Amino acid sequence: MNAIDNKWIGKRTIRPDGADKVTGRAGYSADHTMPGMIWGKVLRSPHPHAVIRGIDTAKAEALPGVKAVVTAKDIVDFPLDKSVMLGIQDMRWMCRNVMAREKALFHGHPVAAVAAISEEVAEAACKLIEVDYEVLPHVIEIEDAIKPDAPILHDFVRHEGKPSNIATTMVNKLGDVEAGFAQADLIVERSFTTRPVHQGYIEPHACTVSHAPDGRVTIWSSSQGQFMVRAMTSLLTGIPQSNIRAIPAEIGGGFGAKTIIYLEPVAVLLAKKSGRPVKMVMSRDEVFRATGPTSGSMSTVKIGVKNDGTIVAAQGTFYLQAGGLPGSPLRGPVGCSFSPYHIENVLSVGYDVVSNRSKVAAYRAPGAPLGAYATECVIDEIAEKLGMDKLELRLKNTARPGGKTVYGATFGAITFRETVEAIKHHPHYTAPLDKNPRKGVVRGRGVASGFWFNAGGESSAQLNITEDGNVNVTTGHPDVGGSRASIANVTAELLGIDHSRISVLIGDTSSIGFSNLTGGSRVTFASAMVVTQSAEKVIGQLKERAAKIWKIDPEAVIWDNGEARPAGPNAGQFPPLTLKELAAKANEMGGPIGAGVQLNTTGADPGFATHCVDVEVDVDLGIVRVLRYTAAQDVGRALHPDYVEGQIQGGVVQGIGWALSEEYLYNAKGQLDNASFLDYRMPVCSDVPFIEPIMLEIPNPKHPQGVRGVGEAPIVPPLAAIANAIHDALGKRFFSLPMSPPKVLAVIDAG
Amino acid sequence: MAKLHVTTTINGEPTEFLCDPSESLLDVLRDTLGLTGSKEGCGTGDCGACSITLDGRLTCSCLVLAPEVEGHEIGTIEGMAKGDELHPLQQKFLEMAALQCGICTPGMLIAARSLLERNPDPSETEVRFWLAGNLCRCTGYDKIVRAVLETAAEMRSAA
Repeated sequence: MNAIDNKWIGKRTIRPDGADKVTGRAGYSADHTMPGMIWGKVLRSPHPHAVIRGIDTAKAEALPGVKAVVTAKDIVDFPLDKSVMLGIQDMRWMCRNVMAREKALFHGHPVAAVAAISEEVAEAACKLIEVDYEVLPHVIEIEDAIKPDAPILHDFVRHEGKPSNIATTMVNKLGDVEAGFAQADLIVERSFTTRPVHQGYIEPHACTVSHAPDGRVTIWSSSQGQFMVRAMTSLLTGIPQSNIRAIPAEIGGGFGAKTIIYLEPVAVLLAKKSGRPVKMVMSRDEVFRATGPTSGSMSTVKIGVKNDGTIVAAQGTFYLQAGGLPGSPLRGPVGCSFSPYHIENVLSVGYDVVSNRSKVAAYRAPGAPLGAYATECVIDEIAEKLGMDKLELRLKNTARPGGKTVYGATFGAITFRETVEAIKHHPHYTAPLDKNPRKGVVRGRGVASGFWFNAGGESSAQLNITEDGNVNVTTGHPDVGGSRASIANVTAELLGIDHSRISVLIGDTSSIGFSNLTGGSRVTFASAMVVTQSAEKVIGQLKERAAKIWKIDPEAVIWDNGEARPAGPNAGQFPPLTLKELAAKANEMGGPIGAGVQLNTTGADPGFATHCVDVEVDVDLGIVRVLRYTAAQDVGRALHPDYVEGQIQGGVVQGIGWALSEEYLYNAKGQLDNASFLDYRMPVCSDVPFIEPIMLEIPNPKHPQGVRGVGEAPIVPPLAAIANAIHDALGKRFFSLPMSPPKVLAVIDAG
Repeated sequence: MAKLHVTTTINGEPTEFLCDPSESLLDVLRDTLGLTGSKEGCGTGDCGACSITLDGRLTCSCLVLAPEVEGHEIGTIEGMAKGDELHPLQQKFLEMAALQCGICTPGMLIAARSLLERNPDPSETEVRFWLAGNLCRCTGYDKIVRAVLETAAEMRSAA
């Protein structure tokens, strides 16, 4: 789509939810209350691994002010021998994650919950619950969990016929990897580790729930999908979906982690038992101990090249930490790591390893960053060994249209090459870098690329013309970062009316059709598609109404700049009818004007990114500072450029945290030692520079506005880009994240 | 334990409330007074989402005991706009898209206003260090820092 033709698409309009958010009016998860509401609290396991032999709640229930107690026996059981899937989530694991059943599998695993007249009484009651634990040996790290004598978490997990902590194996193959390596002039094979990192949203999980005497349930909570909240709550409580209305609160960050639930079914059961509305809010400590994070990993990547730089074979082995229940994002590293490149022979294998940690949840391009970290560091080393420019090596091997990927897809029109070229010609990459600016510091520059699948899927929209001729648009996807602003731009463009006349809302589960999760970089892609089709239907209605008024054929009416007009002189001479005029005549001309579309959207082609970073290493303190960061990405079409840039900038800074400072630290007792924002070190404002986004707008031909998913690809390259920059500065390679000061100093001191 | 009676001023309005001696100011603001614009991200003073001013000084309301505000003046996000007129920082945050999910925004705005009251011409580095107590996980801080610098420039030229 040509930017010059657009009045609203591509404009930096003020977001529809903006004023509420800068004045404190916006209602997030914990901001809702109800008359007669009581408070729920969760009792959590003090042991990382223990059989639960029994739970005695009598003393807690007898405490004055306690209204209800819930344990696993109140939650619907999904037997271990039969998988029941909701999307990518196995309800066998979800039911055990929400409330420990046979065993407590990590320190902080919920074992019971109490609702009482105040938070203090609920907490006091939790302490009165007597749990009979048989404490078992625990295992935290992947390398320990896969040893032959490791404590086994689940009897039903078998690997190669034996009891194991390897829950699943994923193998993706292309060509003949052995034959490929046989052609190589140079093979580099390296092993890497990454630590689990938390999504780090500032809003803890919370919900307020009503269970009325007629069995109807209302849930106010923030999530990345109100329909997911409804479906999981239904499955875990046995209440039919038609009796559950899930209302999406404003969401204070999710980054993948709010694609599953923790509190809602527990709160519903407490509300049902007590007959009172129940509110539950997690503390930050609970968020760290018992939600998310994403998997830590152990990876080995081997790449073979010809002397001219042609990659002939690649092999990746990725062990991912699942936490106490299966479910690592294996598809991320297995499918994404090698997909920027055209490689004939690939073997990519992932293992899902359980250990006594909180169950992992999705985190922005789940699993892809840790795979790209390994691959892109090896690519960097190959370029160094071949004496090739790092971007030239990538350009020589870019994936091409019609090329087959290891995960099975065949690429259509792809635009990886353009991202590499954008960095290559950017003044950042071409600027000289003073590598020794002053005593005690060295500087380096690194590059890396990344790939993410992107997604389409189910989406619903309803577009209604108000009686006074303005517009309400409702979609079903929680807005995590400005999607309402994009929808307002699209609607204004299509209807040809001023942006301020459009109100964009997120519907609840009873007011809009099914819409899949806000995740997979899908929302703007999918919702712009259904909103476009809804708007086209509404324009069709408006043209019919005008035709009726003018008594001409609807085909002879056009919609132009917010007005119906005769298509040409032959259609007749009539003054244009505005949206307001047609709305005023709506009832006499056939009734209300509005249309909805529900669709399983397709055509979300993958996203590619290439990044360049300059770092400075303090050789005495081991501190790495990011000095300059440039991120190029094909965004298809930026419906609202500010929020596209924001996705890129935010993703990069999360990647900086993953690379340099964030990690889960467990002690010998299997307890998380850094469950606070003070000790779990996310980047703060003074840690980072401005992040320069390069938005390449190469329209996706399969989307009405050319949209391509944006949100996830930006977190894929930073880990390797920063590792490669540190190597450029110090001449030393790092094989373990985070590259925190103690680790950097250890490498420097080793000489 | 008996509740304590506290008399204070919130956003210029005389206010009274009852609280437990151990209750935080943040809990009273949110749960007793319905001022839910201040957010609880951590409850330990690490994220800044509950930032308020106490006698004009930037403070995490989760770290203040509610009885301590007896006789003091509190400023919250709800008092930042004057009626329908947004504070220049609020307006600039909207114009420059300095928020995504928006949960950190009230605290960010209160902290930024506090900076500009003390230093109308901050450098980028000064903005970054002043806001280092306010975590944002969405934006990478880029547009927030730019919005604060731009607001400062506009307020200087308007002064």
